[in-house]
Amino acid sequence: MVTAPKSREAMKERSQDEVVVNIQNLYKSFGDNHVLNGFNMVLYKGENVVVMGKSGSGKSVMIKCLVGLMAPDSGRVEVLGKDINGLDQIALDQLRSDVGFLFQGSALYDSMTVRENLEFPMRRHRKKFANLDDTLPLVKEALENVGLAHTMDLMPVELSGGMKRRIALARAIILKPKLILYDEPTSGLDPITAKEIIELMRSIQKKYGTSALIITHDVDCARVISERMILLVDGINYIEGTYAELIKSEDPKVNAFFKK
Amino acid sequence: MEMIVRTKQFFMGIGDLTYFAARFFKQLVRPPFEVKELLRQCYQVGNRSLLLVVTTGFIIGLVLTLQTRPTLIEFGAVSWMPNMVGISIVREIGPVITALICSGRVASGFGAELGSMRVTEQIDAMEVSGTNPFKFLVVTRILATTLMLPLLVIFGDLIALYGSSLVEYFKGNVAFKLYFNKVFEALSYGDLVPATMKSFVFGFVIGLTGCYKGYKTERGTAGVGIAANTAVVMASLLLFMVDFVAVFISDIFYEL
Repeated sequence: MVTAPKSREAMKERSQDEVVVNIQNLYKSFGDNHVLNGFNMVLYKGENVVVMGKSGSGKSVMIKCLVGLMAPDSGRVEVLGKDINGLDQIALDQLRSDVGFLFQGSALYDSMTVRENLEFPMRRHRKKFANLDDTLPLVKEALENVGLAHTMDLMPVELSGGMKRRIALARAIILKPKLILYDEPTSGLDPITAKEIIELMRSIQKKYGTSALIITHDVDCARVISERMILLVDGINYIEGTYAELIKSEDPKVNAFFKK
Repeated sequence: MEMIVRTKQFFMGIGDLTYFAARFFKQLVRPPFEVKELLRQCYQVGNRSLLLVVTTGFIIGLVLTLQTRPTLIEFGAVSWMPNMVGISIVREIGPVITALICSGRVASGFGAELGSMRVTEQIDAMEVSGTNPFKFLVVTRILATTLMLPLLVIFGDLIALYGSSLVEYFKGNVAFKLYFNKVFEALSYGDLVPATMKSFVFGFVIGLTGCYKGYKTERGTAGVGIAANTAVVMASLLLFMVDFVAVFISDIFYEL
Protein backbone atom coordinates (compact mmCIF):
# COMPACT_ATOMS: atom_id res chain seq x y z
CA MET A 1 0.00 0.00 0.00
CA VAL A 2 1.14 3.55 -0.78
CA THR A 3 0.38 6.41 1.59
CA ALA A 4 0.79 9.93 0.30
CA PRO A 5 3.23 12.10 2.37
CA LYS A 6 0.76 14.69 3.72
CA SER A 7 -1.72 12.01 4.79
CA ARG A 8 1.07 10.07 6.49
CA GLU A 9 2.03 13.12 8.54
CA ALA A 10 -1.60 13.84 9.44
CA MET A 11 -2.14 10.27 10.60
CA LYS A 12 0.98 10.32 12.80
CA GLU A 13 -0.40 13.30 14.71
CA ARG A 14 -3.54 11.40 15.80
CA SER A 15 -3.36 9.38 19.01
CA GLN A 16 -4.60 5.81 19.35
CA ASP A 17 -7.46 7.03 21.58
CA GLU A 18 -8.95 8.75 18.59
CA VAL A 19 -9.21 5.59 16.50
CA VAL A 20 -12.86 4.87 15.64
CA VAL A 21 -12.34 2.07 13.12
CA ASN A 22 -9.29 -0.13 12.87
CA ILE A 23 -9.20 -2.88 10.25
CA GLN A 24 -6.15 -5.13 10.11
CA ASN A 25 -5.48 -7.82 7.49
CA LEU A 26 -9.09 -8.36 6.50
CA TYR A 27 -9.67 -11.38 4.26
CA LYS A 28 -13.00 -12.45 2.78
CA SER A 29 -13.73 -14.94 0.00
CA PHE A 30 -16.87 -16.29 -1.64
CA GLY A 31 -15.85 -19.68 -2.99
CA ASP A 32 -12.98 -19.05 -5.38
CA ASN A 33 -13.66 -15.33 -5.50
CA HIS A 34 -11.18 -13.67 -3.12
CA VAL A 35 -12.79 -10.30 -2.50
CA LEU A 36 -10.64 -8.90 0.31
CA ASN A 37 -6.98 -9.93 0.48
CA GLY A 38 -5.58 -8.29 3.59
CA PHE A 39 -7.32 -4.93 3.66
CA ASN A 40 -6.12 -2.42 6.28
CA MET A 41 -7.49 0.93 7.31
CA VAL A 42 -7.81 3.31 10.25
CA LEU A 43 -10.51 5.93 10.73
CA TYR A 44 -10.04 8.65 13.34
CA LYS A 45 -12.58 10.57 15.39
CA GLY A 46 -14.39 13.30 13.44
CA GLU A 47 -12.80 12.21 10.16
CA ASN A 48 -14.48 11.54 6.80
CA VAL A 49 -12.76 8.73 4.93
CA VAL A 50 -13.87 7.63 1.50
CA VAL A 51 -13.14 4.14 0.24
CA MET A 52 -13.30 4.00 -3.53
CA GLY A 53 -13.12 1.09 -5.89
CA LYS A 54 -14.70 -0.49 -8.92
CA SER A 55 -18.01 -2.35 -8.65
CA GLY A 56 -17.39 -5.76 -7.12
CA SER A 57 -14.10 -4.68 -5.56
CA GLY A 58 -15.32 -5.58 -2.07
CA LYS A 59 -16.26 -2.15 -0.69
CA SER A 60 -19.73 -3.20 0.48
CA VAL A 61 -18.35 -6.49 1.86
CA MET A 62 -15.82 -4.54 3.91
CA ILE A 63 -18.43 -2.16 5.32
CA LYS A 64 -20.74 -5.08 6.18
CA CYS A 65 -17.90 -6.73 8.10
CA LEU A 66 -17.72 -3.55 10.20
CA VAL A 67 -21.22 -4.02 11.65
CA GLY A 68 -21.20 -7.80 11.85
CA LEU A 69 -23.49 -8.36 8.87
CA MET A 70 -20.74 -10.53 7.40
CA ALA A 71 -18.04 -12.47 9.22
CA PRO A 72 -14.56 -12.10 7.78
CA ASP A 73 -12.51 -15.20 6.95
CA SER A 74 -9.65 -13.72 8.96
CA GLY A 75 -8.39 -10.40 10.21
CA ARG A 76 -9.20 -8.00 13.00
CA VAL A 77 -12.06 -5.48 12.84
CA GLU A 78 -12.27 -2.98 15.69
CA VAL A 79 -15.10 -0.48 15.88
CA LEU A 80 -15.12 2.13 18.68
CA GLY A 81 -12.44 0.11 20.44
CA LYS A 82 -14.29 -3.21 20.34
CA ASP A 83 -13.33 -6.28 18.34
CA ILE A 84 -16.46 -7.07 16.32
CA ASN A 85 -15.70 -10.77 16.01
CA GLY A 86 -15.34 -11.26 19.75
CA LEU A 87 -18.71 -9.74 20.69
CA ASP A 88 -21.81 -11.67 21.74
CA GLN A 89 -25.19 -10.67 20.25
CA ILE A 90 -26.12 -8.30 23.11
CA ALA A 91 -22.78 -6.49 23.01
CA LEU A 92 -22.94 -6.33 19.21
CA ASP A 93 -26.43 -4.79 19.31
CA GLN A 94 -25.20 -2.31 21.91
CA LEU A 95 -22.29 -1.34 19.68
CA ARG A 96 -24.61 -1.02 16.69
CA SER A 97 -26.54 1.70 18.52
CA ASP A 98 -23.42 3.86 18.17
CA VAL A 99 -23.14 3.15 14.44
CA GLY A 100 -25.47 4.60 11.81
CA PHE A 101 -25.73 2.84 8.45
CA LEU A 102 -27.03 4.37 5.25
CA PHE A 103 -27.76 1.57 2.80
CA GLN A 104 -27.23 1.82 -0.94
CA GLY A 105 -30.93 1.55 -1.81
CA SER A 106 -32.10 3.40 1.34
CA ALA A 107 -33.61 0.12 2.71
CA LEU A 108 -36.68 1.79 4.22
CA TYR A 109 -39.24 -0.69 5.54
CA ASP A 110 -41.99 -0.70 2.92
CA SER A 111 -44.76 -1.75 5.31
CA MET A 112 -44.10 1.07 7.79
CA THR A 113 -44.67 4.82 7.71
CA VAL A 114 -41.75 7.23 7.79
CA ARG A 115 -42.31 7.75 11.53
CA GLU A 116 -42.35 3.98 12.20
CA ASN A 117 -39.20 3.61 10.11
CA LEU A 118 -37.43 6.17 12.28
CA GLU A 119 -38.78 4.73 15.52
CA PHE A 120 -37.69 1.21 14.60
CA PRO A 121 -34.00 1.52 15.68
CA MET A 122 -35.15 2.92 19.05
CA ARG A 123 -37.09 -0.26 19.94
CA ARG A 124 -33.97 -2.04 21.13
CA HIS A 125 -32.13 0.96 22.54
CA ARG A 126 -34.63 2.51 24.91
CA LYS A 127 -32.07 2.55 27.73
CA LYS A 128 -30.16 5.17 25.80
CA PHE A 129 -33.22 7.42 25.95
CA ALA A 130 -34.42 6.45 29.42
CA ASN A 131 -35.75 9.94 30.16
CA LEU A 132 -37.87 10.01 27.03
CA ASP A 133 -41.25 8.33 27.06
CA ASP A 134 -42.18 9.70 23.72
CA THR A 135 -40.01 9.16 20.68
CA LEU A 136 -41.78 11.85 18.70
CA PRO A 137 -39.36 14.73 19.52
CA LEU A 138 -36.43 12.62 18.30
CA VAL A 139 -38.24 11.66 15.11
CA LYS A 140 -39.13 15.30 14.49
CA GLU A 141 -35.56 16.44 15.09
CA ALA A 142 -34.13 13.82 12.74
CA LEU A 143 -36.64 14.68 10.03
CA GLU A 144 -36.01 18.40 10.44
CA ASN A 145 -32.29 17.72 10.01
CA VAL A 146 -32.99 16.33 6.56
CA GLY A 147 -35.69 18.90 5.73
CA LEU A 148 -38.57 16.41 5.54
CA ALA A 149 -40.59 17.04 8.71
CA HIS A 150 -43.83 16.99 6.70
CA THR A 151 -43.38 13.37 5.55
CA MET A 152 -43.85 11.74 8.96
CA ASP A 153 -47.06 9.89 8.11
CA LEU A 154 -46.23 9.00 4.52
CA MET A 155 -45.35 5.51 3.33
CA PRO A 156 -41.99 4.95 1.58
CA VAL A 157 -43.78 4.21 -1.70
CA GLU A 158 -45.06 7.81 -1.70
CA LEU A 159 -41.52 9.25 -1.60
CA SER A 160 -39.09 10.03 -4.40
CA GLY A 161 -35.64 8.37 -4.55
CA GLY A 162 -33.95 11.44 -3.08
CA MET A 163 -36.50 11.75 -0.29
CA LYS A 164 -36.07 8.07 0.56
CA ARG A 165 -32.31 8.57 0.82
CA ARG A 166 -32.80 11.55 3.13
CA ILE A 167 -35.26 9.63 5.32
CA ALA A 168 -32.75 6.76 5.46
CA LEU A 169 -30.14 9.30 6.55
CA ALA A 170 -32.51 10.57 9.25
CA ARG A 171 -32.95 6.95 10.43
CA ALA A 172 -29.17 6.46 10.47
CA ILE A 173 -28.66 9.46 12.77
CA ILE A 174 -31.66 9.03 15.06
CA LEU A 175 -29.66 7.22 17.75
CA LYS A 176 -27.00 9.98 17.63
CA PRO A 177 -24.26 7.59 16.50
CA LYS A 178 -20.55 8.22 16.86
CA LEU A 179 -19.85 6.66 13.48
CA ILE A 180 -21.88 6.70 10.27
CA LEU A 181 -21.27 4.23 7.46
CA TYR A 182 -22.45 5.30 4.03
CA ASP A 183 -22.78 2.65 1.32
CA GLU A 184 -22.94 4.46 -2.04
CA PRO A 185 -24.89 7.44 -0.67
CA THR A 186 -25.36 9.10 -4.07
CA SER A 187 -25.85 6.11 -6.36
CA GLY A 188 -28.95 6.20 -8.51
CA LEU A 189 -29.61 9.88 -7.78
CA ASP A 190 -29.58 12.81 -10.21
CA PRO A 191 -26.63 15.25 -9.79
CA ILE A 192 -28.70 17.90 -7.97
CA THR A 193 -30.17 15.46 -5.44
CA ALA A 194 -26.75 13.85 -5.03
CA LYS A 195 -25.32 17.27 -4.19
CA GLU A 196 -28.10 17.82 -1.64
CA ILE A 197 -27.31 14.49 0.01
CA ILE A 198 -23.61 15.36 0.19
CA GLU A 199 -24.46 18.71 1.78
CA LEU A 200 -26.66 16.95 4.31
CA MET A 201 -23.86 14.52 5.15
CA ARG A 202 -21.52 17.43 5.78
CA SER A 203 -24.02 19.36 7.90
CA ILE A 204 -24.78 16.27 10.00
CA GLN A 205 -21.09 15.69 10.62
CA LYS A 206 -20.69 19.33 11.62
CA LYS A 207 -23.70 19.24 13.95
CA TYR A 208 -23.04 15.93 15.71
CA GLY A 209 -19.26 15.60 15.28
CA THR A 210 -19.57 12.09 13.88
CA SER A 211 -16.91 10.14 12.04
CA ALA A 212 -17.88 8.83 8.63
CA LEU A 213 -16.75 6.01 6.40
CA ILE A 214 -18.10 6.48 2.90
CA ILE A 215 -18.11 3.79 0.25
CA THR A 216 -18.53 5.17 -3.22
CA HIS A 217 -17.38 5.10 -6.82
CA ASP A 218 -18.65 8.63 -7.38
CA VAL A 219 -15.47 10.71 -7.76
CA ASP A 220 -17.33 14.02 -7.31
CA CYS A 221 -18.85 12.85 -4.05
CA ALA A 222 -15.44 11.66 -2.85
CA ARG A 223 -13.80 14.96 -3.81
CA VAL A 224 -16.30 17.06 -1.86
CA ILE A 225 -16.76 14.96 1.25
CA SER A 226 -13.44 13.24 1.89
CA GLU A 227 -10.61 14.29 4.12
CA ARG A 228 -8.77 11.13 3.16
CA MET A 229 -9.35 8.59 0.41
CA ILE A 230 -8.46 4.93 0.12
CA LEU A 231 -8.46 3.18 -3.23
CA LEU A 232 -9.49 -0.46 -2.95
CA VAL A 233 -7.94 -2.52 -5.75
CA ASP A 234 -7.62 -6.33 -5.86
CA GLY A 235 -8.86 -6.62 -2.29
CA ILE A 236 -6.19 -4.40 -0.73
CA ASN A 237 -5.93 -0.71 0.08
CA TYR A 238 -3.89 0.13 -3.01
CA ILE A 239 -3.25 3.79 -2.30
CA GLU A 240 -4.24 6.26 0.38
CA GLY A 241 -4.18 10.06 0.49
CA THR A 242 -6.17 13.24 0.04
CA TYR A 243 -8.05 13.89 -3.19
CA ALA A 244 -5.43 16.43 -4.21
CA GLU A 245 -2.66 13.89 -3.64
CA LEU A 246 -4.34 11.06 -5.51
CA ILE A 247 -5.28 13.15 -8.51
CA LYS A 248 -1.58 13.94 -9.01
CA SER A 249 -0.59 10.28 -8.86
CA GLU A 250 1.22 8.81 -11.87
CA ASP A 251 0.10 5.28 -11.03
CA PRO A 252 -1.88 3.87 -14.00
CA LYS A 253 -4.44 2.13 -11.76
CA VAL A 254 -5.12 5.39 -9.93
CA ASN A 255 -5.19 7.35 -13.18
CA ALA A 256 -7.67 4.92 -14.67
CA PHE A 257 -9.95 5.52 -11.77
CA PHE A 258 -9.83 9.29 -11.96
CA LYS A 259 -10.23 9.16 -15.78
CA LYS A 260 -7.18 11.25 -16.55
CA MET B 1 -23.47 -36.62 -13.05
CA GLU B 2 -26.20 -33.99 -13.15
CA MET B 3 -28.50 -36.41 -11.37
CA ILE B 4 -26.01 -36.77 -8.50
CA VAL B 5 -25.65 -32.99 -8.21
CA ARG B 6 -29.43 -32.53 -8.14
CA THR B 7 -29.89 -35.26 -5.55
CA LYS B 8 -27.19 -33.67 -3.43
CA GLN B 9 -28.87 -30.27 -3.76
CA PHE B 10 -32.24 -31.81 -2.83
CA PHE B 11 -30.90 -33.31 0.39
CA MET B 12 -28.97 -30.13 1.19
CA GLY B 13 -32.23 -28.22 0.74
CA ILE B 14 -34.04 -30.53 3.14
CA GLY B 15 -31.22 -30.14 5.66
CA ASP B 16 -31.33 -26.36 5.32
CA LEU B 17 -35.12 -26.28 5.75
CA THR B 18 -34.84 -28.50 8.83
CA TYR B 19 -32.21 -26.17 10.30
CA PHE B 20 -34.50 -23.21 9.52
CA ALA B 21 -37.37 -24.95 11.35
CA ALA B 22 -35.11 -25.74 14.32
CA ARG B 23 -34.07 -22.08 14.45
CA PHE B 24 -37.76 -21.13 14.56
CA PHE B 25 -38.41 -23.33 17.61
CA LYS B 26 -35.26 -22.01 19.30
CA GLN B 27 -36.20 -18.36 18.73
CA LEU B 28 -39.87 -18.97 19.58
CA VAL B 29 -39.19 -19.45 23.30
CA ARG B 30 -36.54 -16.75 23.67
CA PRO B 31 -37.50 -13.21 24.69
CA PRO B 32 -38.14 -10.54 23.55
CA PHE B 33 -41.53 -11.57 22.15
CA GLU B 34 -42.80 -9.56 19.20
CA VAL B 35 -46.47 -9.60 20.27
CA LYS B 36 -47.54 -6.53 18.29
CA GLU B 37 -46.06 -7.88 15.07
CA LEU B 38 -47.58 -11.32 15.77
CA LEU B 39 -51.06 -9.80 16.10
CA ARG B 40 -50.52 -7.81 12.90
CA GLN B 41 -49.55 -10.98 11.07
CA CYS B 42 -52.52 -12.88 12.53
CA TYR B 43 -54.75 -10.15 11.12
CA GLN B 44 -53.00 -10.30 7.75
CA VAL B 45 -53.16 -14.10 7.52
CA GLY B 46 -56.54 -14.65 9.13
CA ASN B 47 -58.75 -11.74 8.27
CA ARG B 48 -57.37 -11.15 4.80
CA SER B 49 -57.75 -14.84 3.83
CA LEU B 50 -61.21 -15.24 5.31
CA LEU B 51 -63.26 -14.11 2.31
CA LEU B 52 -61.29 -16.34 -0.05
CA VAL B 53 -61.65 -19.36 2.24
CA VAL B 54 -65.39 -18.97 2.87
CA THR B 55 -66.14 -18.36 -0.83
CA THR B 56 -64.22 -21.48 -1.83
CA GLY B 57 -65.73 -23.48 1.03
CA PHE B 58 -69.26 -22.48 -0.01
CA ILE B 59 -68.66 -23.51 -3.63
CA ILE B 60 -67.03 -26.80 -2.57
CA GLY B 61 -70.05 -27.61 -0.39
CA LEU B 62 -72.45 -26.87 -3.23
CA VAL B 63 -70.51 -28.77 -5.88
CA LEU B 64 -69.78 -31.80 -3.72
CA THR B 65 -73.47 -32.21 -2.87
CA LEU B 66 -74.67 -31.61 -6.42
CA GLN B 67 -72.20 -34.10 -7.86
CA THR B 68 -72.82 -36.82 -5.25
CA ARG B 69 -76.61 -36.54 -5.14
CA PRO B 70 -77.47 -38.49 -8.34
CA THR B 71 -75.26 -41.43 -7.34
CA LEU B 72 -76.71 -41.59 -3.82
CA ILE B 73 -80.25 -41.42 -5.27
CA GLU B 74 -79.39 -44.30 -7.58
CA PHE B 75 -78.37 -46.42 -4.59
CA GLY B 76 -81.28 -45.19 -2.48
CA ALA B 77 -78.90 -43.67 0.03
CA VAL B 78 -79.62 -39.97 -0.35
CA SER B 79 -80.56 -39.74 3.34
CA TRP B 80 -76.86 -40.40 4.05
CA MET B 81 -75.87 -37.21 2.28
CA PRO B 82 -75.30 -35.06 5.42
CA ASN B 83 -73.23 -37.83 7.02
CA MET B 84 -71.10 -38.33 3.95
CA VAL B 85 -70.58 -34.65 3.17
CA GLY B 86 -70.01 -33.78 6.84
CA ILE B 87 -67.34 -36.41 7.38
CA SER B 88 -65.55 -35.81 4.09
CA ILE B 89 -65.47 -32.02 4.56
CA VAL B 90 -64.43 -32.03 8.21
CA ARG B 91 -61.86 -34.83 7.94
CA GLU B 92 -60.26 -34.13 4.60
CA ILE B 93 -61.64 -31.65 2.09
CA GLY B 94 -61.96 -28.67 4.42
CA PRO B 95 -58.42 -28.72 5.87
CA VAL B 96 -56.74 -29.59 2.56
CA ILE B 97 -58.61 -27.05 0.39
CA THR B 98 -58.19 -24.28 2.99
CA ALA B 99 -54.49 -25.08 3.32
CA LEU B 100 -54.00 -25.10 -0.46
CA ILE B 101 -55.74 -21.73 -0.80
CA CYS B 102 -53.63 -20.30 2.00
CA SER B 103 -50.46 -21.71 0.49
CA GLY B 104 -51.31 -19.87 -2.73
CA ARG B 105 -52.04 -16.63 -0.96
CA VAL B 106 -49.90 -16.66 2.18
CA ALA B 107 -46.81 -18.70 1.25
CA SER B 108 -46.31 -16.80 -2.00
CA GLY B 109 -46.96 -13.52 -0.16
CA PHE B 110 -44.34 -14.33 2.47
CA GLY B 111 -41.90 -15.48 -0.22
CA ALA B 112 -42.31 -12.27 -2.20
CA GLU B 113 -42.37 -9.93 0.81
CA LEU B 114 -39.36 -11.36 2.62
CA GLY B 115 -37.54 -11.89 -0.67
CA SER B 116 -38.01 -8.27 -1.61
CA MET B 117 -36.89 -7.21 1.88
CA ARG B 118 -33.79 -9.35 1.48
CA VAL B 119 -32.74 -7.96 -1.91
CA THR B 120 -33.42 -4.34 -0.91
CA GLU B 121 -31.32 -4.80 2.26
CA GLN B 122 -34.27 -4.13 4.58
CA ILE B 123 -33.42 -7.29 6.54
CA ASP B 124 -29.82 -6.09 6.92
CA ALA B 125 -31.11 -2.68 8.03
CA MET B 126 -33.23 -4.40 10.66
CA GLU B 127 -30.24 -6.33 11.95
CA VAL B 128 -28.06 -3.22 12.08
CA SER B 129 -30.74 -1.43 14.10
CA GLY B 130 -30.45 -4.13 16.77
CA THR B 131 -33.60 -6.10 15.98
CA ASN B 132 -33.34 -9.82 15.34
CA PRO B 133 -34.91 -10.04 11.85
CA PHE B 134 -35.51 -13.78 12.14
CA LYS B 135 -37.56 -13.28 15.28
CA PHE B 136 -39.37 -10.20 14.01
CA LEU B 137 -40.14 -11.41 10.49
CA VAL B 138 -40.00 -15.21 10.47
CA VAL B 139 -41.12 -16.35 13.93
CA THR B 140 -44.16 -14.04 13.93
CA ARG B 141 -45.26 -15.13 10.46
CA ILE B 142 -44.88 -18.88 11.04
CA LEU B 143 -46.67 -18.61 14.39
CA ALA B 144 -49.47 -16.54 12.83
CA THR B 145 -50.15 -19.11 10.09
CA THR B 146 -49.95 -21.97 12.60
CA LEU B 147 -52.56 -20.30 14.83
CA MET B 148 -54.81 -18.91 12.12
CA LEU B 149 -55.14 -21.87 9.77
CA PRO B 150 -57.26 -24.02 12.15
CA LEU B 151 -59.63 -21.06 12.59
CA LEU B 152 -59.88 -20.62 8.83
CA VAL B 153 -60.53 -24.34 8.46
CA ILE B 154 -63.40 -24.13 10.96
CA PHE B 155 -64.93 -21.20 9.05
CA GLY B 156 -64.39 -22.98 5.73
CA ASP B 157 -65.97 -26.20 7.01
CA LEU B 158 -69.05 -24.44 8.38
CA ILE B 159 -69.62 -22.51 5.16
CA ALA B 160 -69.09 -25.64 3.05
CA LEU B 161 -71.69 -27.48 5.15
CA TYR B 162 -74.01 -24.52 4.77
CA GLY B 163 -73.57 -24.67 0.96
CA SER B 164 -74.30 -28.37 1.03
CA SER B 165 -77.39 -27.85 3.21
CA LEU B 166 -78.70 -25.27 0.72
CA VAL B 167 -78.60 -27.87 -2.07
CA GLU B 168 -80.37 -30.39 0.16
CA TYR B 169 -82.96 -27.79 1.12
CA PHE B 170 -83.81 -26.82 -2.45
CA LYS B 171 -83.40 -30.23 -4.09
CA GLY B 172 -84.52 -32.60 -1.33
CA ASN B 173 -86.63 -30.41 0.96
CA VAL B 174 -84.35 -31.22 3.89
CA ALA B 175 -84.62 -28.64 6.69
CA PHE B 176 -81.42 -26.90 7.80
CA LYS B 177 -81.88 -28.08 11.39
CA LEU B 178 -82.36 -31.68 10.34
CA TYR B 179 -79.37 -31.48 8.00
CA PHE B 180 -77.01 -30.10 10.65
CA ASN B 181 -78.34 -32.53 13.30
CA LYS B 182 -77.45 -35.41 11.00
CA VAL B 183 -74.01 -33.92 10.29
CA PHE B 184 -73.16 -33.56 13.98
CA GLU B 185 -74.56 -37.01 14.76
CA ALA B 186 -72.20 -38.48 12.19
CA LEU B 187 -69.14 -36.63 13.47
CA SER B 188 -67.11 -37.87 16.43
CA TYR B 189 -64.01 -36.64 18.28
CA GLY B 190 -62.08 -39.10 16.14
CA ASP B 191 -62.98 -36.92 13.15
CA LEU B 192 -62.51 -33.50 14.74
CA VAL B 193 -59.28 -33.96 16.71
CA PRO B 194 -57.05 -35.30 13.89
CA ALA B 195 -58.44 -32.70 11.47
CA THR B 196 -57.67 -29.87 13.91
CA MET B 197 -54.20 -31.19 14.70
CA LYS B 198 -53.55 -31.55 11.00
CA SER B 199 -54.63 -27.94 10.40
CA PHE B 200 -52.04 -26.64 12.89
CA VAL B 201 -49.32 -28.59 11.06
CA PHE B 202 -50.59 -27.32 7.68
CA GLY B 203 -50.36 -23.76 8.97
CA PHE B 204 -46.84 -24.36 10.21
CA VAL B 205 -45.79 -25.86 6.86
CA ILE B 206 -47.24 -22.91 4.90
CA GLY B 207 -45.54 -20.32 7.11
CA LEU B 208 -42.27 -22.22 7.18
CA THR B 209 -41.92 -22.71 3.42
CA GLY B 210 -43.02 -19.15 2.59
CA CYS B 211 -40.61 -17.62 5.08
CA TYR B 212 -37.79 -20.01 4.19
CA LYS B 213 -37.96 -19.25 0.48
CA GLY B 214 -38.29 -15.50 1.07
CA TYR B 215 -35.61 -15.22 3.74
CA LYS B 216 -33.10 -17.15 1.64
CA THR B 217 -33.73 -15.21 -1.56
CA GLU B 218 -30.70 -14.62 -3.76
CA ARG B 219 -30.01 -13.20 -7.21
CA GLY B 220 -31.78 -9.85 -6.94
CA THR B 221 -35.29 -9.07 -8.10
CA ALA B 222 -35.46 -12.18 -10.30
CA GLY B 223 -34.94 -14.18 -7.12
CA VAL B 224 -38.06 -12.62 -5.56
CA GLY B 225 -40.28 -14.09 -8.29
CA ILE B 226 -38.58 -17.46 -7.95
CA ALA B 227 -39.01 -17.35 -4.16
CA ALA B 228 -42.74 -16.60 -4.42
CA ASN B 229 -43.26 -19.31 -7.02
CA THR B 230 -41.23 -22.06 -5.37
CA ALA B 231 -42.80 -21.25 -1.98
CA VAL B 232 -46.26 -22.17 -3.34
CA VAL B 233 -45.04 -25.28 -5.13
CA MET B 234 -43.04 -26.51 -2.15
CA ALA B 235 -45.81 -25.71 0.35
CA SER B 236 -48.45 -27.51 -1.75
CA LEU B 237 -46.26 -30.58 -2.14
CA LEU B 238 -45.40 -30.68 1.55
CA LEU B 239 -49.09 -30.28 2.46
CA PHE B 240 -50.00 -33.47 0.61
CA MET B 241 -47.08 -35.32 2.19
CA VAL B 242 -48.08 -34.12 5.67
CA ASP B 243 -51.70 -35.05 4.90
CA PHE B 244 -50.68 -38.57 3.97
CA VAL B 245 -48.68 -38.98 7.18
CA ALA B 246 -51.51 -37.49 9.27
CA VAL B 247 -54.12 -39.82 7.73
CA PHE B 248 -51.78 -42.76 8.15
CA ILE B 249 -51.23 -42.00 11.85
CA SER B 250 -54.92 -41.34 12.59
CA ASP B 251 -55.79 -44.59 10.81
CA ILE B 252 -53.47 -46.48 13.18
CA PHE B 253 -55.30 -44.94 16.13
CA TYR B 254 -58.66 -45.95 14.61
CA GLU B 255 -57.42 -49.55 14.36
CA LEU B 256 -56.54 -49.47 18.06
